[in-house]
Order: sequence, then structure tokens, then C-alpha cells
Amino acid sequence: MPKLITQVGCPYCGSSCDDIEVLVSDDGRKVLEVHNACIIGNNLFHHANDSTRPMLPRRRQPDGTMKEISFEEAVDYTAKTLLAAKKPLIYGFGSTNCEGMSAVGRVAEKSGAILDNCASICHGPSFLAIFDNGYPSCTLGEVKNRADCVVFWGCNPMHAHPRHTSRYSIFPRGFFTGKGQMARTIISIDPRETDTAKLADIHYMLDQGHDYELFDAFRTVLRGHDIPDMVAGCKKEDILKGAEAMKKARFVMIFFGMGCTHTDGRNHNIDIAISLTRDLNTHTKASIMAMRGHYNIAGPGQVWSWQFGFPYCIDLSKGTHAHMNPGETSSIDLAMRDEIDCFVNVGTDAGAHWPIDAVRHVKKHPFITIDPNFCMASEIADLHIPVRIAGVDEGGVVYRMDNVPIQFKAVLKGLSGVPSDEELFDMIYERMCVLTQTEPVWLTAKDDRKYPSPAVI
Amino acid sequence: MTEIIVRGGFVIDPTQKIDGDVVDVAIRDGKIVDKVGSGAKIIDAKGKVVMAGGVDVHAHVAGPKVNVGRLFRPEDKLFKSPMAQEKFRVESGFSIPSTFKTGYDYARMGYAFVMEAAMPPLHSPHVHEEIHDTPIIDEAALPVFGNNWFVMDYLKKGEVENTAAYIAWLIRATKGFGVKLVNPGGTAAWGWGLNCLSLDDPVPYFDITPAEIITGCLKANEYLGLPHSVHIHQNDLGNPGNYRITIDSLKLAEGVKPKNRFGREQVMHSTHIQFHSYKGTNWGDFESGAKEVMDYVNRSKGLTIDLGCVTLDETTTMTADGPFEHHLNSLNHLKWANVDVELETAAGVVPYVYDPNIKVCGIQWAIGLELGLFAKDMSKTFITTDHPNAGPFTRYPRVIKWLMSKKAREATLDSFKHKDKVIGATHIHSIDRELTLYEIAQMTRSGPAKCLGMGGIYGGLAPGMNADVAVFDLNYKDMPSDPEKIEKAFQRAAYFIKSGEVVLKDGEVQSHGHKRTVWVNVKMPENPQVTRDISQSFTRDYTVGIQNYPVRDYLVPHPFVIDVNLEA
Repeated sequence: MPKLITQVGCPYCGSSCDDIEVLVSDDGRKVLEVHNACIIGNNLFHHANDSTRPMLPRRRQPDGTMKEISFEEAVDYTAKTLLAAKKPLIYGFGSTNCEGMSAVGRVAEKSGAILDNCASICHGPSFLAIFDNGYPSCTLGEVKNRADCVVFWGCNPMHAHPRHTSRYSIFPRGFFTGKGQMARTIISIDPRETDTAKLADIHYMLDQGHDYELFDAFRTVLRGHDIPDMVAGCKKEDILKGAEAMKKARFVMIFFGMGCTHTDGRNHNIDIAISLTRDLNTHTKASIMAMRGHYNIAGPGQVWSWQFGFPYCIDLSKGTHAHMNPGETSSIDLAMRDEIDCFVNVGTDAGAHWPIDAVRHVKKHPFITIDPNFCMASEIADLHIPVRIAGVDEGGVVYRMDNVPIQFKAVLKGLSGVPSDEELFDMIYERMCVLTQTEPVWLTAKDDRKYPSPAVI
Repeated sequence: MTEIIVRGGFVIDPTQKIDGDVVDVAIRDGKIVDKVGSGAKIIDAKGKVVMAGGVDVHAHVAGPKVNVGRLFRPEDKLFKSPMAQEKFRVESGFSIPSTFKTGYDYARMGYAFVMEAAMPPLHSPHVHEEIHDTPIIDEAALPVFGNNWFVMDYLKKGEVENTAAYIAWLIRATKGFGVKLVNPGGTAAWGWGLNCLSLDDPVPYFDITPAEIITGCLKANEYLGLPHSVHIHQNDLGNPGNYRITIDSLKLAEGVKPKNRFGREQVMHSTHIQFHSYKGTNWGDFESGAKEVMDYVNRSKGLTIDLGCVTLDETTTMTADGPFEHHLNSLNHLKWANVDVELETAAGVVPYVYDPNIKVCGIQWAIGLELGLFAKDMSKTFITTDHPNAGPFTRYPRVIKWLMSKKAREATLDSFKHKDKVIGATHIHSIDRELTLYEIAQMTRSGPAKCLGMGGIYGGLAPGMNADVAVFDLNYKDMPSDPEKIEKAFQRAAYFIKSGEVVLKDGEVQSHGHKRTVWVNVKMPENPQVTRDISQSFTRDYTVGIQNYPVRDYLVPHPFVIDVNLEA
């Protein structure tokens, strides 16, 4: 009998929907049907059925081909490479669970590595603004239950977070928002007419790269001052209309995405967005939230903050303390300056996402990819180690874009012999300790942490 | 079988009324015992003070708002992180240390148990992940209830039993410890940007008052007979003139009798009462209300308090009192983080500098100490700094120094820019009382352990109790005249034995110990209405599935579960 598993978490975007239903085969090895997920999430589950999924590590040979090797050899190679490197970079973690992120902390300390995550090339500017100006935010349930004015600035959830609008932000009928979309004023701020902009009541098609000016105009109006007739390509009357809508709302929610962090102004855009939120709180209630990309990209920011005090760009190469200085200790900058002599890509695809020059630099040195699937980073790597897919055949905690921890469950039995990220990093760490003849540090018995048991209600 | 004997020290143990007698403390397999064999490992405590491991009744050490503080304050790490030791994890942070540093620092001060003071239920997996990564110390966490929609809805209808059933379910689901109220009603109002500043301010929509929430929760807590009482952060925190509302809310405990099998005598623990003991009408005529508040506390029976002493540091304030943090931010204009949590609570985080050159900060400092010095029963008055709100927990030794030495207090007063104004607005200058080591042990060991319903496990050295033993380099018969030496001795214990294992020697951490997470499992007959309400709310109002809400067992790998059985 196939088994229907309900309330499954989806390993795709930062919405981290946990209402997916997955029908799995009798033996628990094949996904038959996926309900409720968006098309991308749906495919991610079905992808686990792929019979060509790697089951053994592959090491590049002198002739350039890849040859399958055992996990022991792969662990030994990784441990030795990390120990030999002066400044290894361990990067990625957008798509894995927090157990793995926690385990890698020990490996990074032991090897004196730089520990960085995809935020470095994504919401890194948001972190800079948060360091300067704070982060008045809320959980997504507050948006669903209260928000009657929702602003999407430089983001397009209809494509990037397909179920965001139906679960949280535009359509749902919440406790105080019983009329759903009818009772919400939707504002979209985007130079393009995106599918989210098409849903909006007000769309500001601003001049590209002029976000800061428009934010500034809203703040100026809210503080009771006059603005020029045109700001950032938007008419004064439209700006007044939007400002009035925000001011009159009971609960304003501002979502911002890559369109703010990766256009002219970068962290300054986010900084003024936070200031706008603060200003709005003198009139009504307002919150702001970054549209985080992957289902657990908020995770490393949390795990490493409690372990090291910093969310990203963590330099442990001094061996005595953690140090963070984006620009100096951020992945792309380190790579471009050729400071990295070993690169470990985990649960992301630096091969696809990084500037080609940065990839060329890290490719000069040992390049290891830890990922369940084949991707560009696995195909250019010197070593590719497959792991279980967090959210499909491995459970664990993930942090949604609003930093709410969601306990994902495994729907499939893992591929035989393939470890989870956590198990793999623990093996690498133990091997490093053997090689350096040191005692491993376990805060609590590590064996207790593996194989999450199902929840008891 | 591991045996240890702590030999020849001056033992101070209020649970057995031992005050400075030279007694040996014997340990076998993690427990205190009457005697051990001749092969036991000997710890020489001659000329030193021996106390039980410390018990912290209220500190924010793990969870989402603590981590927001760490994340958004990189400056808290700069030049403030010690160099890592061989065989130990990297340490970082001052006012909001990393989990590793938190565990190590508590151990350095001889603390065995710490209560995380506010756990947003939705974020409970996060809290337990952090507790898991905090070495050595035993920990528990108090879920917040004061602004929970279920609680407000049931109490509005006067349904104490349903409230109790919901509380039991939530404590079990979050692997929590007891009932915490933070600005009851006010934080719920903050969902709309409002607040409840008096006990009779109705909560928007729910139409219930803070007084009704407090009274209802007091009754529900005793209905369940939980180990700990209601643990409350009152309304109108941090505002001049709030001592009246403080006393009024303390009075709500008068009609309620304690009912439990854990030896707990109070029905209400009023936390960081320093922030609630302010007189005056504005920051200009701001003055101490410590005397008025302590006059009431000293007369009443069902109360315990902790101080929340200001330590005059640059720190990070964080509380589930969301509207207060917004208000504080409008005073100091530093960065502000806020997290409203659906259906349950909210939280705010703002960095704050308690500057000795500012009059108000000096007065706050004095109020915290006055409360301790006016207290009559030290077994009901506990030392905290509401870490990190009034100062980091690593300043407890400094607070102890101030409480034990008038000389130290005067030296600090002398360092103030507005010394005379501070003296004029407070009582501190005229108080000669100096607390004894016995009283300090009551305030940091036996008292808080009893208040938490764990007086038979922590906070004492009687046979059968946990073998948590701290040895401090202080001579009971010949206390140093220099108060700095008191602070130094408490900052770094000479030895600390946690659960029967030496984890600290000469102030240096030796081992990661065997930490445990304590939680309360309330078993009671199923309440079909509450079960239905919960499942309905998860379908309709929450954005997380009910299956994914309760904390899974593997996240709490070393549980110590206290059963409360209402089924019989």
C-alpha cells in the first residue's frame, strides 16, 4: 500500500511550505505523487526518484575523468585537503538542514576555514543594513492574520516564491483579514511589470537603480514635507497616494528582494527601507522582511550566530577567534583576490551562481562539492561527495524566511550508504582529529542526534 | 563508580543550615552522598568556601531574540571575545555571548542550572537547538503565555480548566518548564502597535484586561500544580511611576494558595523587579521606589522576586515586551529589531548603554541593589541582571561584591558624574547593610532552586542532591577587606564539579561535562474542547502544521523530565 505522508516541508524556496502531501511507494523508496506543492517543489520531490542519482563519491583522475571512490577515501581526501590548506573556504548551505550547519562549525574551526553561506551573494547587503539599523519584523502568520497593506519591493514572489502570495501575503483569509485579497492594498515597486506587479493595486514602475530616492520620497511625505513632481520616474501624486495608503493601513508589511539588495545603493536601500518601517510605526504598525531565497538559507545565519556570533563571512583562520568583515572575509572578494587555497561547496551551486572569474580562481586549488545531485559545481570539482537530500530523504530543522524553525521530515528512505550532511561532516571531523592526533570535541553525545524520530503530539 | 571528596572547606549550604562549618562533601556517581571510600579523588578546599552549584532563575541565554541580538550586533564581539583554548570551541561576544561561551562562562562562575526566561512557543525548536549547543550547564525554558490567543480567549470566558489544559499541552509540545507572562495583554496589543500600561487597559479585540490574565494564569498554574509558579514580567516596565502598578499586580497573588508537591511556597515570581520599582513622573524627577515595593514584598507570603541589577555596562536589551523596546528605541535612537510571533507573543531587541555619567542609569543601579538590601527573607530574593537586559550574567560577581560591601558601593557612587543627584533620588547612600556569604548562597543557590520547585535537586549539598559543587577562593574566617577580591573569587571558581565531574579547575574549563535539558511533562485527561480548538487554530490561523510544531525528541538528547500527573 502506498503511504500518504502529510504536512511535509518543501525543500525549495524561502516560503518553506510545510503543508505538502507526498504519496510514497510501499517500500518507502519512490515518490508517487506530490500534492499542494508548486511546480518547482513538486519536481524536487520527484527528482529524488532519479535512478542516476550519485550514490558514491567521485574523484577526478589525472586524465580529467571522474572515477567513483569509497566514502572513506573521500572523507580522508577532504580531511587532508582541509588540513593542508592555509585558508580553505567552506561555502553554501542554502539547501541543507541546520544539523549539517552545526556539524560543519567544528570542521571549520579545526581547519581554520572561512565559513560563508549564499547570503554572501544574495541578502548579504541586507545583513549590513540590519547591523546598522535593526530589523523590525514579524512571522508570516502575522502578515496573513493582520496585514492590510503589503508592499513588494524589488521582489517577484509569483515566480520566485510561488506559494508565498497564497499562503501568507496576498490571498489568504486570516483572523483579522477575513476578506483576503479584497481587504488588502497591494503595492509593487519594480522597474518591470512582473506577474506580482500585475496583481498590485499600485505599481510603481520606477527608474532602475533609483530605489533609494523613492524610499526617501515616501519618508519625506510621511514626515509631512514636500517632494518634487517626479521622483525616480514616479509621479508625485502617485507617491502621495501610496504614502497615504501605508499611513492609513492598520498593518503595513514590506517585503524586499534582490531588486533592492543588488541594484545601485545595495545595503543603503535596505537601510532606508528599515528607516521607512520605523517611521511608519509612529503612524500605525509596520514590519519588514527579506524575501530569503532558499528553504533554509536563514538557517546558517541563525546557527552560526549562536555558535560564532556572526551570520556569514566568518573567518576562523586565525584559530583563536571568529572574525567577520564583509568585503575582506566574503567569498567572492576572497576568491577574486586569490586568497583561497581550497574550496568546499556545500548544498548550493557556486559553479552556476558565482561570477566566472571567481570560479576560475577557486578552481586553481582543490575544489570539493558536497551535494546530493549533479550540478555545475559537482562537474568541475576535484571531488564530488553525494549526501541525502534534506527535506526528502533526510529530516531536520530549517528556518523559514521569517526565521521560524520548521521541523522537516524525511519522506523517503535514504539511498543505501549515503550519509546526511551532518554525518559526513562528523566523519570528516573525526578523520581530521585522527590525522592531527587530537581529541574531538563533542558538546553532547553525538550519537543521540542522528535519525530524528517522528513527532509525538 | 566515580568518587570525589571535597575536603576541608568552609561549607555554606542554606538547605542544611550550614554556615561556614568545615565539612567534607562526598560525591558518588553524580550525587552527593554521606561518605565515600578511601580511593576517592580528593579536592583540597582548605581555606576556601564550598557552595552548591549556582541556580539562575532568569536569564535570556537561548532562542530567537537572543540570536537576533548576536546577529545584529557584530560590535559586541569586537575586542570582547577571549582567545580560544586548546580542546575547546571558539568563544565570542560580551553581552550576548555565543552558546559555547555562555556554557563556559557560567561554569567559570560555578553555576549549574540556568532558566531561559522567555521561549516563544513557535520558536521552541530553535531554543532547544541552542540549548543543545550550550555546554556543561543544565537548562530549562519558560514558554510565554501572557499574550497567547488561546489563553486570552479561555480566560475571557472564565475557563480556568481549559486554560490549564492548553498550558499543559503547550508545555509538553515545547518541552518547556512553566508559565511565563510578559507584559500580559500589552504585547498582544502591540500586534496593532498599541500597549496595555495599566492593569485595566483592555486588550484590543480580546477585550480582557492584564489583571484578568494574571489572575487566571495564577489559578491555572496552581490547578496544574506545576513545579514553578507563574513567572511574571509586569506591565509598564521601565517607566517612572510604575511602582504602583507593580504593587497592584503583586497584590493579585494574595487570593491564591500554592498547591504542588515540589515544596514551592510562592504563587508568583516577580522578575527583574528593579525595572518595576520606579517613582517620579518623568525622567527629570525620576527616583527610587525600592522601599515601597520591598515594604509590600516583605509583608506578603506568596511571592518571590529577582533583582535585575543594572551593572553599568554597554549591553543589549531584549524582551518579549515588544512595545517597550519600541519605546526604548525612541529614547536612545539606536538600532531596533522586533519579532511579532503569530498568535503567541512578540519580542524586541535594542542595544543600550548604562552610562555612569547619566543620572538615570545611576539611579537604576542603586534601585537594583536597594531591593536586595531592603529584603528581609533572602531565600525569596534572587540575584539576576535579567541577562542581558540590565547587564550580562558575567557581572553577577560584581553584583555580589556591591551587595556584600558598602565600601564597593560607595566607590561606585563616587565614580558617578551626578553622584549627588543619584544620592538624592535613592536610599543607597544611607544603607549600611552588607550581605553575608550565607545570604548570597540563599540568593543564588537554595532560594531559586526552591522557587523553581527543584529544591531537592539543585542548590544544596545534602545527600541525594545533584553533585554540583563550587569551590571559591575566599576564606570564610578572614574575608578580604578589598571588595575586588570578592568579585574576583566569584568570577572564576577554584573548582567546579558539575554532576559529579570536575569541569573547572583554577578558573579554567576542563571538560564539556554532561549537560541536561529539564522539562516538565504534565499528564492530564484529554480535554476534547481544547484539543479541537488547537487543531482548528492550526488549520486556520497558524502558518505551521500541527505535526511540525511540537519539539521532536532528538532535539533534546539529554532530557531530565519532571512528571506532573493529573490523571490519577
